[in-house]
Amino acid sequence: MQRGTEIALSRRVLLVGTGASMAVTAAPPARAQASAPVEPARSNVAITVNGNRHDLELDTRTTLLDALREHLHLTGTKKGCDHGQCGACTVIVEGRRINSCLTLAVMHQGDSVLTIEGLGTPGNLHPLQAAFIEHDGYQCGYCTPGQICSAVAVLDEIKAGIPSHVSTELTAQPEATPAEIRERMSGNICRCGAYANIVEAITEIGGSKA
Amino acid sequence: MKFDSPATTNPIDQLKIVGKPTNRIDGPAKTTGTATYAYEWKHPDLKPAYGHVVGAGIAKGRIASIDLGDAQAYPGVLAIVTAENAGKLGKSKRNTAKLLGGPEIDHYHQAIAVVIAETFEQARAAAQLVRVEYIRAEGSFDLARSRDSAPDVQNAATGDFLAAFSDAPIQLDETYTTPDHSHAMMEPHASLAAWDGDKLVVWTSNQMIDWGRTDLAATLGIKKDKIQFISPYIGGGFGGKLFLRADVVLAALAARAAKRPVKVALTRPFIFNNTTHRPATIQRIRIGAGKDGKITAIGHETWSGDLPDGGPETAAEQSRLLYAGANRMMATRLALLDLPEGNAMRAPGEAPGLMALEIAIDEMAEKLEIDPIEFRILNDIQVDPEKPTRQFSQRQLVACLRQGAERFAWNKRNPRAGQIRDGEWLVGMGVAAAFRNNIPMKSAARVRVDNRGIVTVETDMTDIGTGSYTIIAQTAAEMMGVGLDMVTVSLGDSAFPVAAGSGGQWGANSSTAGVYAACVKLREALSHKMEFDPSDAVFADGTISAGNRRFTLAEAAGETGVVAEDIMEYGDLAKRYQQSTFGAHFVEVGVDTATAEIRIRRMLAVCAAGRILNPKTARSQVIGAMTMGAGAALMEELVVDKRVGFFVNHDLAGYEVPVHADIPHQDVIFLDETDPTSSPMKAKGVGELGICGVGAAIANAIYNATGVRVRDYPITLDKLLDQMPA
Repeated sequence: MQRGTEIALSRRVLLVGTGASMAVTAAPPARAQASAPVEPARSNVAITVNGNRHDLELDTRTTLLDALREHLHLTGTKKGCDHGQCGACTVIVEGRRINSCLTLAVMHQGDSVLTIEGLGTPGNLHPLQAAFIEHDGYQCGYCTPGQICSAVAVLDEIKAGIPSHVSTELTAQPEATPAEIRERMSGNICRCGAYANIVEAITEIGGSKA
Repeated sequence: MKFDSPATTNPIDQLKIVGKPTNRIDGPAKTTGTATYAYEWKHPDLKPAYGHVVGAGIAKGRIASIDLGDAQAYPGVLAIVTAENAGKLGKSKRNTAKLLGGPEIDHYHQAIAVVIAETFEQARAAAQLVRVEYIRAEGSFDLARSRDSAPDVQNAATGDFLAAFSDAPIQLDETYTTPDHSHAMMEPHASLAAWDGDKLVVWTSNQMIDWGRTDLAATLGIKKDKIQFISPYIGGGFGGKLFLRADVVLAALAARAAKRPVKVALTRPFIFNNTTHRPATIQRIRIGAGKDGKITAIGHETWSGDLPDGGPETAAEQSRLLYAGANRMMATRLALLDLPEGNAMRAPGEAPGLMALEIAIDEMAEKLEIDPIEFRILNDIQVDPEKPTRQFSQRQLVACLRQGAERFAWNKRNPRAGQIRDGEWLVGMGVAAAFRNNIPMKSAARVRVDNRGIVTVETDMTDIGTGSYTIIAQTAAEMMGVGLDMVTVSLGDSAFPVAAGSGGQWGANSSTAGVYAACVKLREALSHKMEFDPSDAVFADGTISAGNRRFTLAEAAGETGVVAEDIMEYGDLAKRYQQSTFGAHFVEVGVDTATAEIRIRRMLAVCAAGRILNPKTARSQVIGAMTMGAGAALMEELVVDKRVGFFVNHDLAGYEVPVHADIPHQDVIFLDETDPTSSPMKAKGVGELGICGVGAAIANAIYNATGVRVRDYPITLDKLLDQMPA
């Protein structure tokens, strides 16, 4: 195989890839074409987090996740992928769990957000936090706040009668069986592989053995 | 302390606290979000700017020009660092490719710039405005095409393999492939760097504090003692954070350029090509046996690739030590590839090696018409086949297989494949042996007791989810005769004595042995202070006593407290005895008759791995490794674009890892074992044993269910579909 041979690439091949690689162009646009950079838009937003109202002035590109972590210093909510693929950033907004990396903070004017810090503290644990400790439902701990927030919401969703992909009947009251919990928790990746223990922790708090 | 003769009875053997299934002491912090990871350090004086990394858009070649104008003009941008303005940078021996590339590019997404701005959003937007022109060079990206040109880098041979193989009445000659894998730990690589004059503090996420600090010093060309490395919580590593990576170097360079602290996290889509991965392998296995089932010849050749000066995936290593056979031939070959750097991932060598070998053993058992468990037992050994005078310190492979067979109801397995149906599902069982060596690593710790009787352990050991905090606390509590509530443990700071770190499943045994050594010294210091003969002093119930004199530890420590530091070092016991850990994996799968969808139904691992210091956290290590092994068997594959030379599926949507719905209840059994040759702890490791062999057990279960033998991982339904039984 030839090595070190410089070859010309077609534009199509050069553009394969993502992000910064998209800047691989044969002729970069002259700077004159890009007029003076526009100051990013900023906006005010009031969000209630764990019962406390916060008035923030944010770059409108700020995700809810980064508003929590970088502006409110609530770093219990984790950034695992920033693309809605791992679930580490799960928080509960107006009673529903969401990936906080996939939503902009300014979309949440007046919303009430519950994060891991609002569920319990080391001295006053939420029952699910205590169950995760007892069942060793975590290892490195990085996905854990998202798993626990997701689990809180999962148990509420089951109580509310919301069916899942594994529910046998759409209209029957679902039960918090291991199969239902596994299905509903599948948006929260744990690379340490604590799944079996997480399911046992959730089952202990809200579950049904059936 | 030097450990150079087998351990006798020592205070750990009391097992009042060690060996108990204690909850993790870091649990309250981790479950409430109050554990602080690298990117999260906050202090009123620390107002970090944000760095965003730009990666190379080609796999090989050079940068013709970089236009930073638009990026520099972007609001909030403070500085941009490239190889051109970074100053002279070194490269540590542990890094294969440069962590800041340019003008030469060694691999796709090699870092070539970091843009520093006031906010994350500004840095990210400005990074998109960096205009780069490349001159691309041709590279090699296809392991199969480079196979024939790959030289031998490791060999081991005994007897005359080729002759014995050709004479064997029963022969197997098959080739297996495993793809490139990504660690995909949940916490991205992240670092916060702050300079104070010529001193540098780095909060980072790193498994090996002293390696990282040493290699950062070498890269920046500064003295190691000017650097403090802090990493108390690490959101997973699996080998991906063993080494200094670009986040650390770029945070340090960025903080220097911006004249203020800077934090840098690698974005998820960047990690897969920028950092290291487990290299793909091609493995040819030949086994010859007599009709009695005894192996007479065993050959394992493996090919992998890496960048220039890189290393191989040592996938033939376990085959040197696992089964009998007088004639043996193992060869490890390394091709030159221009893909991102290959390096260690959980159980490097054994993880992909056993994925191949343990299918081969299953195939051989079938040819011989012997049960695959009995075939393994028939070929068990108790000495190193290359050096028969050298014994295994412990080897309970047979007991693992037998106990597992009983627990898993192996006798219900139909040896004929494709026979068991459960509704729309074909059901099968598979087994595989697990094997991974024990590696004792020197490790130091400092232990103090204060005037409240509180015992504090300080060591730069890391806890990457492995449970180090907890087993170190258990060790110190046992040694000092106090409850766990009287022990605090501080880890992951280069201000502390240098420990073994987290890798190669050496962490648990090695780091606690270091704590043991420091505690022995502390016991001696307290004994001398209270005028006891150290050999008579009893440490129990928070007191030190001998004869009729008794003091609380608080009294003995006095106002100033007492501190001791020591390092555990090792003699040649690991050479005199082959120290290994063993296990057996059992898996039951269902395969959908119509779609060939594969579902794991049951998993069991039986492990013999020395003393289990904490059965709860050790079990978690094993089930976690079984889960990663399930990923390797069924879904994980970095797909190589062989034209452009990069991993295409570089995020967690494209690189699939197991999720909750993929993993059933898992059972783990630890056999009673203490290994006096390993350390005074008599422990070994389990963190990697659990992934070893599990992929093959799944593959063998799929074969038993369907009769379709797949030798090309991952085993996805498309590889079964056209051969499924009618």
